[in-house]
Amino acid sequence: MSKDNQILEEFTSKDYEHGWSVDMEVDEAPLGLNEDIIKWISAKKEEPQWLLDWRLKAFKTWEAMTEPEWANVTYPKIDLQALRYYSAPKKSNKPKSLDEIDPELLQIYERLGISLNEQKKLQGIAVDAVLDSVSVGTTFKDTLSKLGIVFCSFSEAVKEHPELVKKYLGSVVPTTDNYYAALNSAVFSDGSFCYIPSGVRCPMELSTYFRINAANTGQFERTLIVAEEGSYVSYLEGCTAPQRDENQLHAAVVEIYAAKDAEVKYSTVQNWFPGDKNGKGGIYNFVTKRGICAGDNSKISWTQVETGSAVTWKYPSCILKGDNSIGEFYSVAVTNNYQQADTGTKMIHIGKNTKSRIVSKGISAGKSQNSYRGQVQVMKRATNARNFSQCDSLLMGDKCGAHTFPYIDIQNSTAKVEHEATTSKIGEDQIFYCNQRGISTEDAVALIVNGYAKEVLNQLPMEFAVEAQKLLALTLEGSVG
Amino acid sequence: MTTITKNKVTDLFLLNKPTNSNFVELRKAGLDYLESNGLPALKEEEYKFTQISKRLEQQITNFKSAQPASLSKVLVQKAIFEGFDGDIIVFNNGEFVPTLSIISQQNYSFSLLSDAKPEILGSIAKVENDPFVALNNLAFNDGVFISVPKGKKVEKPIYLLHFNQANQGQVVNQRVLIDVADSAEVTFLENTISLDEESYFSNTVVEVKVAQNSHAHYYRLQNENRQAIVVNNFVTDIHRDATFTSVATQLQGGMLRNNLTMNLLDSGCEGNMYGLYLLNGKTHVDNHTNVDHTKPHADSNELYKGILADSSRGVFNGKIFVRQDAQKTNAFQQNNNILLSEDAIINTKPQLEIWADDVKCSHGCTTGQLDEEALFYLQARGIGKEQARGLLLYAFAGEVMEHILYQPFQQYCTNLIQDRLGSKF
Repeated sequence: MSKDNQILEEFTSKDYEHGWSVDMEVDEAPLGLNEDIIKWISAKKEEPQWLLDWRLKAFKTWEAMTEPEWANVTYPKIDLQALRYYSAPKKSNKPKSLDEIDPELLQIYERLGISLNEQKKLQGIAVDAVLDSVSVGTTFKDTLSKLGIVFCSFSEAVKEHPELVKKYLGSVVPTTDNYYAALNSAVFSDGSFCYIPSGVRCPMELSTYFRINAANTGQFERTLIVAEEGSYVSYLEGCTAPQRDENQLHAAVVEIYAAKDAEVKYSTVQNWFPGDKNGKGGIYNFVTKRGICAGDNSKISWTQVETGSAVTWKYPSCILKGDNSIGEFYSVAVTNNYQQADTGTKMIHIGKNTKSRIVSKGISAGKSQNSYRGQVQVMKRATNARNFSQCDSLLMGDKCGAHTFPYIDIQNSTAKVEHEATTSKIGEDQIFYCNQRGISTEDAVALIVNGYAKEVLNQLPMEFAVEAQKLLALTLEGSVG
Repeated sequence: MTTITKNKVTDLFLLNKPTNSNFVELRKAGLDYLESNGLPALKEEEYKFTQISKRLEQQITNFKSAQPASLSKVLVQKAIFEGFDGDIIVFNNGEFVPTLSIISQQNYSFSLLSDAKPEILGSIAKVENDPFVALNNLAFNDGVFISVPKGKKVEKPIYLLHFNQANQGQVVNQRVLIDVADSAEVTFLENTISLDEESYFSNTVVEVKVAQNSHAHYYRLQNENRQAIVVNNFVTDIHRDATFTSVATQLQGGMLRNNLTMNLLDSGCEGNMYGLYLLNGKTHVDNHTNVDHTKPHADSNELYKGILADSSRGVFNGKIFVRQDAQKTNAFQQNNNILLSEDAIINTKPQLEIWADDVKCSHGCTTGQLDEEALFYLQARGIGKEQARGLLLYAFAGEVMEHILYQPFQQYCTNLIQDRLGSKF
């Protein structure tokens, strides 16, 4: 046991490797939240009147709302008035090409392992990087625009494609949806916008990297993906933040719209700063992600690897409105130290012959709490709906917790819904088996955990899968149950 | 219409105060709880799908306690099923009826709560568990106390038979306390009979203590009228190496809410929960079960099955808690449902909360229909479609019935189920 404890100790004291920040000159909004700040942000971004009105309306809604408390997480209340709602790297001139981007900025991305330069060509990924709140540059724009694909920062989209933004913004996640979605709608500073025209198969993975750099900043980005009839896109999202004592807030909104026969695959590797081993600091990750399969035969697939954040509150969902549409949710959530995660999905079956699949793998270590909360709803008219859900939990150590809250609401007699969940730990016999064959305990744990999460990791695009696997192994280094 | 608001609920249910002046502390705890919390509001998570307060508002016009209805030996005789041989404890709108009961007190003792004043009353079902426990504390007049002494085995089953009917009041409160001492064994049967089709609200609290190395079985049938609003809080404390098995069969009612809680307090104990809800019409049945593993090496098994026809609604919420100390726990939970009609609804939430790592816990939940191929197989062998359906549905339901170990009662419930499956479905 003492060896186990020692290894566990080592693991739980491991530092966050992305915990650094670069001092840059930033352009910031004053602290606090009120209508003037919203107007200030909107003016700063030279937004049209309709968007400002939309923001103000969202703000009004938000003011009447109260912070939700139903999630299985505890954290000190956030003083939203002590936050800064806009922080952008200072720019004297707008960069025209990557060469003109602040080298310090590029250095940040180099350290994150994302090079914004042409190296990416080899990997075929177009990257839109969002630092603090502002999008700093999108690669491969030309290649994509030849196909009619729009992939740019949100503010750019507002300027260049206002009709598209106006049509789809808030159509999947309305401003009234929940407390954090309303807040985001009022103060969102930037994000990514992606539009795939009818019949186009996006030739490369599109990717966004988010990073919170400045102190006291909330990051409120907004992602909107529209896939027109018969199109396909695979979208990646990565997140990191520097190591700070105080908690930082991240409240993003992601909206996906899939028309007839369209397919959208959205993958996330979330590695925000989880706080130190005493649970101090870290990111509060309160995210609303939802996609609508609006047309027949459309498909939305969410894959997430959640290893960071002090508190995670996130339910990527699918509204299966079109007949024969498909929703998928694959998740690996790892919590360690004092991390808390309450994550899962909602599958709302509205159309006929709709299918959904949920695979959730939770891994808890240290003193963390890991919850799966999901809902499968089959509406009255959704004949022949099919759902399969599987939620497994792996516990490492006896001070952590794993919780499952699946809601299954069926209103149609032709629905077939299955749900199963198991909880287990890594068996001593499994470890022993590996040891016997010359595999060290630590490697054996990594091996078993990887095998355990394989079903989800397999869903990730190649480049991400490697990163996620490494992340998983690192996060769980030395933890033996 | 009466409004059940936070402030009024206590006044409402105290329109006629219990005549019994005992249980002062219990009543005070109930009153305090209700005054600060009230009955569950519309959005309350635990009562999200079962709006008891709203239903009370709509259906109950007279919140006074129902006065005893007219009962006869014939009625009691009618409620006794074939093959039954044991003691009968008869309740008339919640009040014990000595003249109609048969109490041998063979290897157990029976008394009124007001006579025995057992100390453990109210210590197993606590007001914090559920607002309706608090309401029962406040409003019940008297109840019964059954205790089985150390080392004794009660050979014959004890049948708790309730007769309910709105009579100058629509509220019925029942209270039962069962204390099974070390190494004892006992079997209970329970059935509720509605005397007419009028609406009433019945609020029951049953507390059971199963001491070290003892075994208790509790088989319950709910087949009340279509207007009945029923809340039942059943709480068991299970001690070292003891086992407790509950089998609930739910066939009819207006809105039934059952909170079944098993506290597994020591090593080696076992809690089993089985349930079948076979619903039609507009019956709404809600089963909330709660298993709390607090110590290592305890087991729990749970199987609830539902068949829902017409516009019935089933709600299932199974909670399993495995506390930090409860290593080596085995906890299994399963909920299967068959929906037979377009208008039937099922809301299920199998919930696991685990704080210990060396445990085996699983839950499964399915909702579906009869297997077309199985149906075809039977039809191909000359069995009519209706009959084949009945057969398959009975096969589905029968798995729960097998756990009723008292044969005559198992047969009685089985007959009721087969009648239902053969005729209607």
